Amino acid sequence: MHQAQIAIFAALLSLEFTGLATAADPAASGLPPIEPYCHWEQTDLMIVEPLCGLKGDAKRGRAIATDGNRGNCVACHNMPFGDVEGYGTIGPSLAGIGGRYPEGYIRLRVVDTKSFNPASIMPGYYRDPGKIHRPAKIFKGRTFLTAQEVEDVIGFLMTMK
Amino acid sequence: MSIKALMISGLLSASLAQAVMAEQLSGYAFIKDDTRAMQDDDFANPGLIAVATGAELFKTASRSGGKTCADCHGEAGEKLVPQRIATYPVYDSDNKRIISLQSRITACRTRVADDTLPVNHPDLIALETFVRNRARDVPVNVNTEGTEIKALLKRGEELYNTRYGLIDMSCHICHTVYAGQYVRGQKISQGQTNGFPAYRLGPGEMANLNLRITQCMDLMRAEPFPSDSEEMKLLEYYLSARSNGLPIETPAVRY
Ligand code: HEC
Ligand code: HEC
Repeated sequence: MHQAQIAIFAALLSLEFTGLATAADPAASGLPPIEPYCHWEQTDLMIVEPLCGLKGDAKRGRAIATDGNRGNCVACHNMPFGDVEGYGTIGPSLAGIGGRYPEGYIRLRVVDTKSFNPASIMPGYYRDPGKIHRPAKIFKGRTFLTAQEVEDVIGFLMTMK
Repeated sequence: MSIKALMISGLLSASLAQAVMAEQLSGYAFIKDDTRAMQDDDFANPGLIAVATGAELFKTASRSGGKTCADCHGEAGEKLVPQRIATYPVYDSDNKRIISLQSRITACRTRVADDTLPVNHPDLIALETFVRNRARDVPVNVNTEGTEIKALLKRGEELYNTRYGLIDMSCHICHTVYAGQYVRGQKISQGQTNGFPAYRLGPGEMANLNLRITQCMDLMRAEPFPSDSEEMKLLEYYLSARSNGLPIETPAVRY
């Protein structure tokens, strides 16, 4: 194989794993300003109230769940859409999730599973930023997703019945 | 209840997780067939370019003049002992510090030529690749004996088991518990070190162990340990000792 072929091969391979990628340079990260953290309450392993009282948008939620730089849920979970390549197998399949659990249950899992199961490896997408050990500088003081994005993802998960 | 069912319920405890750890395998066992074929073919393996660049630099005096590496170690590095190269990183008990292959090369250059390349500079990685390649097929053989070394291995292991960043996972979770599983279509290996420096197809460049650890910490959205920090050296030492017995593949080809 010569150089050009190697380059094409490498480019093809890189398509399959955009996941969990970050930009080291804050300016290039394109991150919005840090929002104040909305405190949430859990009762009976559920967060019943939407974060900051926001309403989710399922269509946006789908995009966030598959975007390697945002939710990237597919890095670890199978979410059968038919058009996403390269699922992860670390987490359980999310097929039919919205039919299996109440919304409040799903919200707590996406927000902070570790709040009730410290052994969990499911990232907390709206964990108290003060609990994150050694975040990258550009993510300091931030939640993984914004409250709106979390609600969008939940809106989307609830459509997967 | 099966292990899988336990994982799904999210109740898998750390001790149970450890029991899942399989036999010691090189990253080579986890890559795709065509990547493996590329690594095995010296004409297709892009890492050989770094070996050739390194071989050239080995014979070239630095900008400030002085001696070349070849003046002491032979034109093609034939006076370097592969069995000794396989013991890096080494612990210097007189000065109480860990010396990686990269820092050994830098120390040599500073002594003979008063010229240092910055940590992880592509030329330095090329030199490291050339030198490590001299020990291809020799089993990794990092010293694990003695109280001081045992203490640093323990500290390295603690760092390996610590969760970092927004992903809030540890090296252990991915490379011990979930080795063989997929992260977005990418098979996770045991994080062994015998392939390094390796050519990475994703970024399209060489990475030594130091850079690979940095890249994993970026992946975790964590603040990486600085390249020359104590923590980075401890992680490199622990990880390398964990690879003892695996044949050196430098330059490996990895995703
Ligand atoms: C780094 C891996 C990883 C990523 C990324 C990830 N998850 Fe998970 N998730 C897990 C694992 C593993 C579990 C299983 C239980 C545990 O460990 O807590 C889980 C459990 C869940 C559950 C509970 C499922 C059940 O059957 O109880 C939901 C809901 C969920 N994840 C949604 C998401 C969403 C939505 C995203 C993205 C916004 C996401 N996950 C990203 C690893 C991940
Ligand atoms: C979220 C999952 C994840 C975490 C956490 C993680 N890694 Fe990795 N690591 C990967 C993936 C994916 C690869 C590329 C596939 C492979 O070689 O395993 C990789 C590759 C590696 C390799 C290269 C192995 C080879 O043969 O090429 C090393 C070494 C490594 N990681 C070390 C570490 C260290 C040290 C840490 C902790 C500081 C860490 N990793 C944390 C996912 C992870």
